[in-house]
Amino acid sequence: MSRFVERHPAWALIAIIAIAVALWLIFAVWPPGLEEAIGRKRVFLNAVFNGITLGGLYFLVASGFTLIFGLMRNVNLAHGSLYLFGGYVGYAISSATGSWLLSFIVAFILTALVGILLQVIVFRRMEGQDLRQTMVTIGLSIVFADLMLWACGGDFYQIQTPNWLIGPVELPLITAIKSSGEPVYLRYPMVRLVIFAASVVIGVAMWLALNRTRIGMIIRAGVDDRDILAATGVRIQLVFVLVFAFGAGLAGIAGVVGGTFQSLSPGEDIRFLLASLVVVIVGGMGSIPGAALGALIIGLAEQLGSVYIPTYAIVVTFLIMVLVLAIRPQGLLARR
Amino acid sequence: MSKCSMGLLALSSLFLSGAAIAQEKIKVGVTATLEGTYTVLGEDGMRGHQTALNVLGKKVGDKELEFIVASTDATPDSAVRAVRKLIEQDKVQILLSPLSGDEGIAVKNFAKTHPELTFINAASGAQETTYVDPAPNFFRYNMDGAQWQVGLGKYAYEEKKYRKIATVGEDYSFIYTQVFGLVLEFCGMGGQVTNRQWVPLGTKDFASVIAALPDDVDAIYLGLGGADAVNFLNQYQQAGGKAHLMGGSIMIDQTILSSKGNAKNALVGTIAASGQADTWEDPGWQKFVKAYQDAFPPNKRFPSPSLLATNYYGSTMALILALRQVNGDLSNNQAKLKEALAKIEIDAPNGKIKLDSNRQAIGTNFVTEVVDDGKGALFSKVVKVIPNVNQTLGYDPAVFSKIGLPSRTVPECKKY
Repeated sequence: MSRFVERHPAWALIAIIAIAVALWLIFAVWPPGLEEAIGRKRVFLNAVFNGITLGGLYFLVASGFTLIFGLMRNVNLAHGSLYLFGGYVGYAISSATGSWLLSFIVAFILTALVGILLQVIVFRRMEGQDLRQTMVTIGLSIVFADLMLWACGGDFYQIQTPNWLIGPVELPLITAIKSSGEPVYLRYPMVRLVIFAASVVIGVAMWLALNRTRIGMIIRAGVDDRDILAATGVRIQLVFVLVFAFGAGLAGIAGVVGGTFQSLSPGEDIRFLLASLVVVIVGGMGSIPGAALGALIIGLAEQLGSVYIPTYAIVVTFLIMVLVLAIRPQGLLARR
Repeated sequence: MSKCSMGLLALSSLFLSGAAIAQEKIKVGVTATLEGTYTVLGEDGMRGHQTALNVLGKKVGDKELEFIVASTDATPDSAVRAVRKLIEQDKVQILLSPLSGDEGIAVKNFAKTHPELTFINAASGAQETTYVDPAPNFFRYNMDGAQWQVGLGKYAYEEKKYRKIATVGEDYSFIYTQVFGLVLEFCGMGGQVTNRQWVPLGTKDFASVIAALPDDVDAIYLGLGGADAVNFLNQYQQAGGKAHLMGGSIMIDQTILSSKGNAKNALVGTIAASGQADTWEDPGWQKFVKAYQDAFPPNKRFPSPSLLATNYYGSTMALILALRQVNGDLSNNQAKLKEALAKIEIDAPNGKIKLDSNRQAIGTNFVTEVVDDGKGALFSKVVKVIPNVNQTLGYDPAVFSKIGLPSRTVPECKKY
């Protein structure tokens, strides 16, 4: 951090000012002139929160994608299918048993199993052949999409939010002051906050697991140099299978999350594959903190865009990707 | 399952056709939105179509009607693709298409390239389809979105005393037409529409849209349909929304009122207007509801037909009755059939329907209110029945043409 400030004092200053402005926008009571210029504070705060929570969902999908890529150099273009599959499994479980939490566990386990099958049957056979893997996974994603369309139909599914999560909570953020002097606080959907908190917990746990445990050390070593790691006697294939299963399972969990606060339908697989591609390109392929930063940026861009420039909202995401590719092609937080 | 049995049916009819060569077939292509946001609407439309076939039969004189179904996703290009496929590959002679507003405009324009064929609109309701440069071989037996809103603005202003409302709608022609009808009437009474929000068809995340809803209005009008409506209501409930609601025609029908989960309960008490009302006591309507309920097991249908089922029923009915009038004569570029279609008056379940000079329906409209039947099922209850609603909504055609075509900002909120 301090080295960054020493090397790029101008950029650091800009970053500090931007953060200060953002904090002021979030915590201060807006003067009337500002409200007139860019609309009510409630709308802005909601868009920011929605962006952050949507970023949480994107992070869940993209972290598995980036983990698999980082370790195995597999570009798994069937990742979106795993997301949708997890969502459908979650729907089936939650509508059969009525338990929302159980649907996460089952979705994780089943998508992880599919991940293991993919790794053992497909990727192990074509290790190191990037193009072939890419083509095969594109093919698989089409096959999966059609199978799921056949099994579940073209209908929309929505996973029931449990009763204790329905409704808003009041956050200690003032959106406006009534004429009587009474402050109006921000009301925000509980379920989105819980889901965001869960994705933060998963993200931190992943970071800790990667940086503080033995298996994490092995994975990081594998990311740096697979061959040397294998030569030291680590059973690299087993590590691959575990990582693939975990990444796939995360996509499955994300499917349940997506099915809860959005909905599941054919085509969602492609949407989330694209989202996670953009996220990891912006954040840096193979980097977990990069996936978190990329997800946050893309989530915020989508939501703020849909409020302030609705017509061009879709373009913003891709503009960000183009900018990153032009200025820092390896991604914002990539190590190499 | 149904797909499988339909496949078997098609296969067996293929074998049987060898045996019964003598019987001539009339091929009719049908499109419905069986994919995407409006899937449930398309499925129920097909149920209405099937109900009509159950009631009326498939025989026209000594000929048999054969229906070929193609799927679309509510985008205009998907509709044109489906219609083109039906004409070029399946060699259909008559089309029952399409379901959704933008599709309707595209198919109408496409119909001009095949003047020899007959196109009967299945359910689409954009105003432009039959109002601007209509195709001579395109017939619409359902009213457009603006006609379906007649009565709502007045009821909201006079009975509910709403003075200021805001609208949220999907960003395409049918909802423009619906908001057009609402705004004309509501602002004509002296009401104000302070804000019109448009969201893309197929929006998933409505959280920011919900946050941007204004607080200082008496009611919020929702012009959404299918999965969008369900997504919106779900997130509206999560956000703890409490405003009075008003609904468009596909927002307040069984596609939404019988959706899973309890988010739909936000709609109880919502006022709306549409080409039908679930609880109408008219014997013709009740007979249709019975036929619909008997045709499908309860878990494969809605408790009561949706607007789409009714529209598909009406258009299928018009086609079969007109074909019978001319005894299935399709000679001379189907001239006799087209003439019969233009003149025919049908006793549709939702009231008498006849066509104007643009081949656009003049029919009956209903103002409704959503009620809970006590067992948790929601229905639209009739508040008011308005007969003989025409496309210019009772305005003088010259005045009406000055208002402009429905769009994001047209009409202005004023008295015309």
